[in-house]
Amino acid sequence: MAAGQDRWSAGVIPYAQMGYWQPDYVPKDTDVLACFRIAPQDGVPPEEAGAAVAGESSTATWTVVWTDRLTAHEHYQAKCYRVDPVPGREGEWFAYIAYDIDLFEEGSIPNLTSSIIGNVFGFKALKALRLEDMRIPLHYVKTFQGPAHGIVMEREHLNKYGRPLLGATTKPKLGLSARNYGRVVYEALRGGLDFTKDDENINSQPFMRWRDRFLYSMEGVNRAAQATGEVKGHYLNVTAATMEDMYERAEFAKELGSVIIMIDLTIGYTAIHSMANWARKNSVILHLHRAGHGTYTRQKTHGVSFRVIAKWARLMGVDHIHAGTVVGKLEGDPAQTRGYYDTLRNSFTPANLGNGIFFDQDWGSMPGTMPVASGGIHAGQMHQLLDYLGEDVILQFGGGTIGHPMGISAGAEANRVAVEAMIKARNEGRDFVKEGPDILKAAAKFCQPLQMALDTWGDITFNYASTDTPDVVATPTNA
Amino acid sequence: MRLMQGTFSALPDFTDDEIKAQIQYAIDNGWALGVEFTDDPHPRNVLWEMWGLPMFDTRDAAGAMTEVTACRDAYPNHYIRVTAYDASLGRQTTALSFIVNRPQHEPGFRLDRQETADRQIRYTLHSYAADRPSGDRYGNGSV
Repeated sequence: MAAGQDRWSAGVIPYAQMGYWQPDYVPKDTDVLACFRIAPQDGVPPEEAGAAVAGESSTATWTVVWTDRLTAHEHYQAKCYRVDPVPGREGEWFAYIAYDIDLFEEGSIPNLTSSIIGNVFGFKALKALRLEDMRIPLHYVKTFQGPAHGIVMEREHLNKYGRPLLGATTKPKLGLSARNYGRVVYEALRGGLDFTKDDENINSQPFMRWRDRFLYSMEGVNRAAQATGEVKGHYLNVTAATMEDMYERAEFAKELGSVIIMIDLTIGYTAIHSMANWARKNSVILHLHRAGHGTYTRQKTHGVSFRVIAKWARLMGVDHIHAGTVVGKLEGDPAQTRGYYDTLRNSFTPANLGNGIFFDQDWGSMPGTMPVASGGIHAGQMHQLLDYLGEDVILQFGGGTIGHPMGISAGAEANRVAVEAMIKARNEGRDFVKEGPDILKAAAKFCQPLQMALDTWGDITFNYASTDTPDVVATPTNA
Repeated sequence: MRLMQGTFSALPDFTDDEIKAQIQYAIDNGWALGVEFTDDPHPRNVLWEMWGLPMFDTRDAAGAMTEVTACRDAYPNHYIRVTAYDASLGRQTTALSFIVNRPQHEPGFRLDRQETADRQIRYTLHSYAADRPSGDRYGNGSV
């Protein structure tokens, strides 16, 4: 820290000199750590910009305040302890900041985020700012209960093991009447999917009110269970304008015997916490659709990386979250996506800059959140999906089920046969990535719908360059 | 109907060699194999009868296959499944579970609807076979 006395002179002094830049600081095991990508305004040194972020996201304001002296201010002020130039990106730096755990209320993502991504994101001294990653210390992790059920309990509840789960979003996403909607649910589940899903913007519109949708969807779910002898589910979206409305819808879903409900990210962090508590208390699995995240996760210069959203979502307690497909129609660099999936599923995620993971993250015994891959995927990609995404994932084929030329049920059957054939081949020790197309072709010999799916979509790919890719340095960071 | 529970029910029934290959995969992962059987196929019946204890120490696919065969001989008209249990920290749950024997005839389920107020319906899944006493549901075989 600089010039002791000057620190308390009235007026404006640089944040770095107020103690927010401490290159010698060694983070404590209990500190919350954050890595920001900062783009300082011209003429602002990166250390000062990093210190400003530390200041504005913790105790500071724009001018010196004598009331700091009423506190143990050195304890509460965040410390920027390191800035590195971003490889290959002129004018951008990674700034590492440590926050004492005492800055945050226990078990509250709204509180954490009001600091970390609060006022600081509008700060004029920066052209742009992005929260790349966070290390949540285990001490703070333990103040959250995490997923209402988690991957292990979900599998035991559904009685389904050893393969990715399969789902489909009802299409068209808007306009179907409740009876037609129930038809889609029934056909897709009867054909072999485990789940069907409301889309994010299906709430309670004039063409189909929520109660009607719930009733007809559950008829479809139960008819499909009867036809197959296995547990089926439909994510009933309870997203609404108020908590009272959401609770009412969730209670009704539970009364109807639904194993799962869903919410959208747009309901906000407090509401997500509340719904996770509700889901745990009522033994209903909670699915989160990340509606809106692309507005702040996609551009690498400004916003919040999805890997941070994934961490917050696991802490808040959702059982499912959409996390990308790699091969589908939506944004998703393979390495970044691997990073998201590791973050959601593993009990320890080591720093891995290649995957965009800046810090070791220890989750202790917190259950995992099931990642969901949705958007432009089809049976012909099954070997790639299994390779990129692994086994604890829900693969959602909306168009790839409902758009099947032989009908919805046939589309579902094609997906189910494809996934089981691929798991079987993998377990038998075959090189399923390389032999994937042959494995599918062989399975299609006894499954006409799979053959039709391969003929229809076999060559469809979405090969666009990803916007959000890791900017890798050669050596991993400590801490 | 065909009971669709288990990891591989959408595929044609496995040959013994195909079963053995999956058993080998489980052994290679350090999972404990189990053989379980039932004549109550309700999807919420998770507690199938255990054919002996889980094979925690079996490192030989042929040995595990012997237990599958013995169970099949004893209960040719029951559902029999092979399970693989992952005892590692953070999992401690079933890793793989697939059906290796089915009754010749699978009559399936009836869906009972109890119509209540407000258009709500209470659904109950009823296995036709369960109308008869256990052990007497799919022809020969006992328990």
